[in-house]
Order: sequence, then C-alpha cells, then structure tokens
Amino acid sequence: MLTAGIDVGAKTVKIVVAADGRIVDYAIVPAGQDAQAAIEQAWGKLKTKAEDIEVIVATGSGRKSTQRAQGFVTEVAAAARGAIALFPEARTVIDVGAEEGRAIKIDETGKVLDFAINEKCAAGAGAFCEAMARALEVSLEEMGAMSLNSTGKVAMNAQCAVFAESELVTLVHNQTPKPDMARAIHDAISDRIVSMVRRVGMAEKVALIGGVAKNVGFVHSLNGDLGAQVLIPEEPEIVAALGAALLGAQDKYAKTAEASV
Amino acid sequence: MAEEYWRWTESRWTDPDLKWQDAKIITAGVDVGSVSSQAVVMLDGRLYCYGNTRTGSNSPDSAVKVMNMALEGTGLKIEDLQYTVGTGYGRVNVPFGNRAITEIACHARGANFMYGPSVRTVLDMGGQDCKAIHCDDRGKVTNFLMNDKCAAGTGRGMEVFADLLSVPINDVGELSLKVEDEPPPVSSTCVVFAKSEASGLLREGWPKEKVLAAYCSAMAHRVFTLLERIGMEKEFAITGGIAKNVGVVSRLEKELGVKALKAKIDTQIAGAIGAALFAKALVEKEGKKK
Amino acid sequence: MLANYGYKDGSGDFFITIDTDQCDGCGACVQACPAGCFAVGEDPHDPLRDEPVAMVSETQRKKLKYACAACKPASGRGPLPCVQACPQNALVHSW
Repeated sequence: MLTAGIDVGAKTVKIVVAADGRIVDYAIVPAGQDAQAAIEQAWGKLKTKAEDIEVIVATGSGRKSTQRAQGFVTEVAAAARGAIALFPEARTVIDVGAEEGRAIKIDETGKVLDFAINEKCAAGAGAFCEAMARALEVSLEEMGAMSLNSTGKVAMNAQCAVFAESELVTLVHNQTPKPDMARAIHDAISDRIVSMVRRVGMAEKVALIGGVAKNVGFVHSLNGDLGAQVLIPEEPEIVAALGAALLGAQDKYAKTAEASV
Repeated sequence: MAEEYWRWTESRWTDPDLKWQDAKIITAGVDVGSVSSQAVVMLDGRLYCYGNTRTGSNSPDSAVKVMNMALEGTGLKIEDLQYTVGTGYGRVNVPFGNRAITEIACHARGANFMYGPSVRTVLDMGGQDCKAIHCDDRGKVTNFLMNDKCAAGTGRGMEVFADLLSVPINDVGELSLKVEDEPPPVSSTCVVFAKSEASGLLREGWPKEKVLAAYCSAMAHRVFTLLERIGMEKEFAITGGIAKNVGVVSRLEKELGVKALKAKIDTQIAGAIGAALFAKALVEKEGKKK
Repeated sequence: MLANYGYKDGSGDFFITIDTDQCDGCGACVQACPAGCFAVGEDPHDPLRDEPVAMVSETQRKKLKYACAACKPASGRGPLPCVQACPQNALVHSW
C-alpha cells in the first residue's frame, strides 16, 4: 500500500511516498508565498501517480493548506515516527527546522514520551543561522564549513537573532576572524537546542533531523555539547513527511480512506 | 541598512535663564545606550543643558561626544563637572564618570523629575530594551520589569520595520494613524518572523500605513502585557524614544484605558536626568567637591 | 522592590522575581542553583541600599528559558531548588 506524507514547512514543502515502511519517492520544493501552489508543484515532481496513493497525511505548520490530506498529524508525532523508521536505535529525536526546534523523547516504537519545543523565536531555529550568515555575508554552507576552522573563542551575548546581528556587525568592525564568529554562532544555537534536550532527558541514540541537520557547523557544536555523535539521515529534511506517510499506513487511516471512497 | 531610515532627530538645548557660574552643585548624567546617547547637566538639581545623539561603535567616545554636545556654547567644560553618573548599556565606559548606576533606577528618578511626584508607572522603551517601572513619589523604584533579550517591543524592532517599508522612523507613528480601519495586529511576536509576515502583507497589496498600523498595534499590545504583569497604577508616563511614536502610544493608551502624562522635555533624556540627580544626591551624601 | 529579572519573547514569559524587601542577601539561592542563575551583591537598581541583595546573574538573565531547563523537565517537574532554598520566600518563577 502506497501512502504519502506532506510536510508543509515555513521554508520548504516536502512530500514522501512510502510503502512497506520505506521511502519510494519524494520531492522538496521551496514553500514560497503560496503554500497551496508549492504543494501542487511538489506533487507534480513525484514520479508516483496520484491515483496509486491510498492515504495522504499532512503535517507541518501549514498542514491545513492542503485539501489533499485525509488526516493531519503534529510535527512532533511525524518526526518521531519518521526517525524511528530510519534509526530503530534512536530514543531521542532532535528536529531543527527553519522556524522551530524540537527535542522529542521516544520509545522503541517511535511513540512520543515527552517533548520540548523552541517556537516563535528565531533564535531557537534555522532562521537564526540564516540571519547570521547574512550578517557575515556568506552562504549557510560556507558559514558551516568555516566554523570548523575556528581557533579562538568569541563571546556572543545576544540571545536574539536581531540583536546578535548587531553584535556581529560590531565584531566584524573589530576584525574578529570569521571562522571564530561562525563557531560562536553554531555554539549559541546548539546551546539552545541542547537545553530543550535536557528538558526531555537525553537517551542514546540521538537522531538529528530537519533542514538545519545539513549544517556541518551546527552538527559539530551539537555533538560537542551533547557528548554524543548524533545520527543524521541522508535527507534530513524529509523525515517528518516520511513519518506522516508511515502514520498514514496505520489502521485508523486505512479505514478513513475506505470510508471516503 | 544602506538608507538611513533609522535616523531620528538629534538635539541639544541650553536653558537660557540659568547661569552655571552661580550654581553650587554642578552634576552630570550620561546615558550611553546601544542605539542612542544622552548627556544632561544639572545646576543644583535644575536642568541646565542636554544633548541627544546616536551612539557610535565606541562607547567611551560616544560618552565624550554627547557630553561635549550638551556643553556646546555654555562655556562649561567636562572638568567643571563635580560628579558624573553614567547609566545605560555603556555606563561603565564613561571616561569622566564617577559612578555607574543602572537605567532602571535612573529612569524612575528621571520620570519623577520630568512628570512630577504623582507618577507611579513608567514605561520606557529604548533602542534595545523595554522597561516597566513602578516608583514612589520620590522616584524610588518599587517594582520593575525589563526586557532586553528580545528585539520585539524595542526601538530596534521598529527600526527593522521602518527599513522594510522605507519610512523614516520619525514618520512611522503618524503614518500608521492614516488607516481608515484598524487592521489586525501582526501575529508574530518575533521581529524576524514579523518581518516575513509583513513582506507577505505587502505582496498582498497592503499599503505601508496599514502594515505600520498592524505593527504598531502588535507592539502596543506587547507593551500592554508587560505593564499588566506589574500592574497599572496612575499616573502613567512614557520615556525613551517610543514616547515620540504616536502610533504606538495612542494604541497603548486605548488598550490601557489610561492616558499617559505628556512631557515638556525630550523623553529620551529621562535616564540621563535621573543619573544627574543621583549624582547630586551622592555629592550631598559624600560632600565631594573638586 | 519587586525585581523581575528575565524577558518575554515569542515563546513565552520567563521572569524570576525577587522581592528585595524580603531578601537579606543570605545567598542560599546561589548555592541551590545548579546553573549559576543567582548572585549576591550591591543592589544594581537601588544605589542607596546598604545591605547586599540577591539578583539574577548577568550571564543567565537573558537566557532563563535555557538556563533553568535542568530544573524544569518537560514532565514530572518537582519544586524548584532555588524557590525551596530561600528562607524568606522571596523568589518566584513565572513559568
């Protein structure tokens, strides 16, 4: 049975088609200004034919934007389900997207035991890294890479993306080396994410998902703060969509799909 | 920011009726904020002169610059000041300062001077902070709350919007009042997300004044919740740059159901005034004279 | 004086309130906190106060949501060590 999960995020829309607990197809498109249009665009990029998909479940902050879904699940539930499918040994899931950061404690089935969220504040999510990269006038990838070459510690006192940007401007003015600033930036957001992990209690293994998992600088800081190597999937952005697709394969949704035929 | 939409009017003033040569106690207050700096000289506790300017990248230089700006044309020199108190973010960096005192204590004192002993609740919003303060009839702090962690509800947040809409910050308030119907407030508290939200509204065809109205409304509400946390006791006064934003002030007064006392002096110098008054109290207490 | 240290941001209100009229600067909160959230010294907001007072430390003041995470698990939260330690009941957390 083919099921699909649509994750309507702040920056990107992800669709995963799953069968037998595995990814068979997926698409990622920028969310742009029109979520519905982005969803249709992503749908169009799939190789799978729409009529072959039995159940569609939506997740993400914009999940109500689509009429295609038979069901909706929270990002926490979707992230947990997707992570356990990829990493059966994971018991803590860290999901850092553009606008939210989450720490989730799960059991061996992917059931959510506890969670803590950083929301509605750019400093706790990917938007922070983006704003800092802009202030340093480098790309996100460059910023991540250069942070690994840091040789000195720089103090960042600001806990707000807007104030941190001003702080960076002063540091740049004082000719602080960019790798050191980049390291400080990743340390700062890692610190905030790790405190969410402490609130749910870290249990090994730890899986890291969401777009920010692609940032090597963040991963390096995170591993240091946690004292553990996080497990990162090949495509960290699509894990919540995968989770939604897998949840769609469960009994409850199969019944709904039948009922609507 | 390439264009200078943040640029508000810098100012200085001297009281033409006072002569510093006749004064017994000459004290000064310097408020070095992260965005703006003010310097005030008081003669026996009376306001003599002041200056108000943008803080540069160097705090000590800014302190000297604004003090010289205040003293311009008076014949008074920094060496003539008997006691100077520094306040604000850069308070420990005032080269000619004798002591540093936090802005909360100074704003309460300053508001008491500017608005009189009936003031009980003071709202101050500066470049990078927002404070709600309760004081007694002598300007002593009895309750306070300060946010300087989050850009929402600070001058910096408003600057981001002024820049986004290419509207000089001096004009933001009045422009926001030109709407026919009051739009719903911007829903994101976070300035980063609010800016994205506003960009979306502009793309939908919202005119600038409507977006400004939505943001001023959101800011007024945020400030309202901070005041709610410590309680509103009349009389109510507003200090700092925000007092000059009629768009936020009028919406806040409406939500509070209370009108703020109106100031006759530049509201941004409240902290420096309070600092200069503390300086006088310390001179009298310690009998310090140069 | 009720000193409300902390902040309000998009994710909530995070204030630790110290009633300085009750506080005698004993420092029990400093000892009890595992995250260094407190300090005792000259009252920064009452320059004419002679005796020392407790305050939220400058290093943690702007990140209380994160600093206090260790004592505030997502579930099963017990009484806070700092609040319990204060003999004058001068401490309150807003969250």
